[in-house]
Amino acid sequence: MQRTTMDLWVGLFVVTGVIALMILSLKVGNLNVYNPSQSYVITGNFENIGGLKVRAPVKGAGVVVGRVTDIQFSTQTYDAIVTMSLDSRFTFPKDTFASILTSGLLGEQYIGLAAGGDDVMLKDGDKVMKTNSAMVLEELIGRFLFDKAAKDDSL
Amino acid sequence: MPNRIVSNIQNIGHRVIESVWRLGVASRFFILVLLKSGTSLRRFNLVIRELYFTGVLSLIIIVVSGLFVGMVLGLQGYETLQKYGSESAVGTLVALSLVRELGPVVAALLFASRAGSAITAEIGLMKATEQLAAMGMMAVDPIARVVAPRFWAGVISMPFLAAIFSVMGVFGGYLVTVVFIGVDEGSFWSQMQSAVDFRFDILNGFIKSCFFGVAVTAIAVFEGYDAPPTAEGVSGATTRTVVTSSLVILGLDFILTAFMFRGVG
Amino acid sequence: MTAETLIEVNDLNFSYDTRAILKGIQMSMPRGQVVAIMGGSGSGKTTLLKLIGGTIQPTSGYVKFAGEVVHELNRDALFKLRRKMGMLFQFGALFTDLSVFDNVAFQMREHTNLPESMIRDLVLMKLHAVGLRGAHHLMPNELSGGMARRVALARSIALDPMLIMYDEPFTGLDPISLSVIGNLIRRLSDALGMTSIVVTHDVQESLKIVDYVYFIADGVIAAEGTPKEVRESIAPFVHQFVHGEEDGPVPFHYPAQTYKKDLNLEDNFA
Repeated sequence: MQRTTMDLWVGLFVVTGVIALMILSLKVGNLNVYNPSQSYVITGNFENIGGLKVRAPVKGAGVVVGRVTDIQFSTQTYDAIVTMSLDSRFTFPKDTFASILTSGLLGEQYIGLAAGGDDVMLKDGDKVMKTNSAMVLEELIGRFLFDKAAKDDSL
Repeated sequence: MPNRIVSNIQNIGHRVIESVWRLGVASRFFILVLLKSGTSLRRFNLVIRELYFTGVLSLIIIVVSGLFVGMVLGLQGYETLQKYGSESAVGTLVALSLVRELGPVVAALLFASRAGSAITAEIGLMKATEQLAAMGMMAVDPIARVVAPRFWAGVISMPFLAAIFSVMGVFGGYLVTVVFIGVDEGSFWSQMQSAVDFRFDILNGFIKSCFFGVAVTAIAVFEGYDAPPTAEGVSGATTRTVVTSSLVILGLDFILTAFMFRGVG
Repeated sequence: MTAETLIEVNDLNFSYDTRAILKGIQMSMPRGQVVAIMGGSGSGKTTLLKLIGGTIQPTSGYVKFAGEVVHELNRDALFKLRRKMGMLFQFGALFTDLSVFDNVAFQMREHTNLPESMIRDLVLMKLHAVGLRGAHHLMPNELSGGMARRVALARSIALDPMLIMYDEPFTGLDPISLSVIGNLIRRLSDALGMTSIVVTHDVQESLKIVDYVYFIADGVIAAEGTPKEVRESIAPFVHQFVHGEEDGPVPFHYPAQTYKKDLNLEDNFA
């Protein structure tokens, strides 16, 4: 029995398998950018989240800095409480503006963070006070029609 | 005529009861294999031998199929996505379909027909030629010595094969869309990376392939061990392994997908 | 029959579902003898071997091997007992994925902690005993039927058992291989002091080598005796079997309605 050559092949097979798993994790899944173990959680209340979903990216100046981990409806304020988990390398001032944006015309929705000027930084468990809701297509069209009607009247 | 209908109904009932019976026997056999796995884990050389036959020898078909599936996904995805001007999302499409579904499922189907049928045929032949009985008479438990090592080798190789399949698929998609068609390389990777999540996509795909590995090998070793000890018996068992495994893979895939991706994404 | 008894079979019954295969078998086999069990196909000979090996449970009665009742043993004790038995299957049942050497070494590696150098010596000794020392590197598919059976014989004596059971060792062999196997069975039994049970329907070959013969027909012992007694027996069944006559107590025709009736001759011409 050529045990040595067989062992070699099996070893190669296992190494290939492990490498494949690592490629999937690092190159395809991009595991190194977002590591949940070093992160802090903030929340924000939004009047309307549109099509925002759990796991949507949170971006600062277009760079992914975290992800949405939870979306709840509040029965006290009747708006949505969005929980975001941010990479602890990226800290934002307390008066940061969080808005729900869309990438491209039909792209997915994400939360964009625009840094404010406060000296105090957001900590784990903090709440973002300034939020901007998602653009909803019906509202946009409605506003456009309203504007046009107003313009027509003034003529 | 009514007689014929009655006998048909009887036939169906008989077959249903027979299947339930077999399922019971199979479950008991499965537990027996688990209980008797001590030997194969202590003497790991036995498992390594089988890893060669189930894992290494399945590599070629997995690599080639993975590459082609990825290339086809790339082509089709590009054709569709370019109509909406978002051909850079083709990386996302290829990676997500492979990692979540096609990688584990197609790899498992290939594994069932390549390695599963071989396991069944081998064990069935050993039974037909009285090798298993001879082993028992030599005071060596055939389940511990023959069945368990094959089972564990199958369980170990399946996730690796699925991962290799997915990687080859992504590479195939990359080849077709970036190298041949000329989609921007940066957006191919970055779109893919921002869409594919480690825990939800890759880990779940990995878990799926583990389940498939257990299911396919359990079916394969059971069909082999349970095969009637004749030439027709073994060939019938081999066919049953492929058919049953394929059905179980697809059914299990639906159940697992429903559990994993429910309400997410 | 002065030697002590190795195997005692007492009032052994075995039924498959409701079909009785063995009915009240009574046997006693002394140490060191070669015993033949003969009978037509399907007469329950192989079932008897399985009962002695403990792979199936008797419906009633018992088999005693070296003082222990086989079917009352738990799994571990049974496996311990089986190390004292060897069995040669009909076509050898060599492990097809192992070489001749590894086949013979199989039990030594499974059951002992002998160093590899000693296993090598032992294996070559066993193969030498069956005349196949030079074939140790071959794979089973490179062997002829007779050679495969000799390797299997070497494998079954690997741990020097007290008993070897041969299940149809002469089936499908050419005359030369046949007498080689026959002589080996006799020689090994004498040299190692083993008891041998040969299940066969090859009368002439086995009568040459055995000490005692049991005839089984329809699940009962139809006759027994030494080869000399058997040859001279005038009992109709034994006579038919030994001389291979076509018709006799074992009929040529399977039970059927009358020939005339089957061909519908009676209806048409009555």
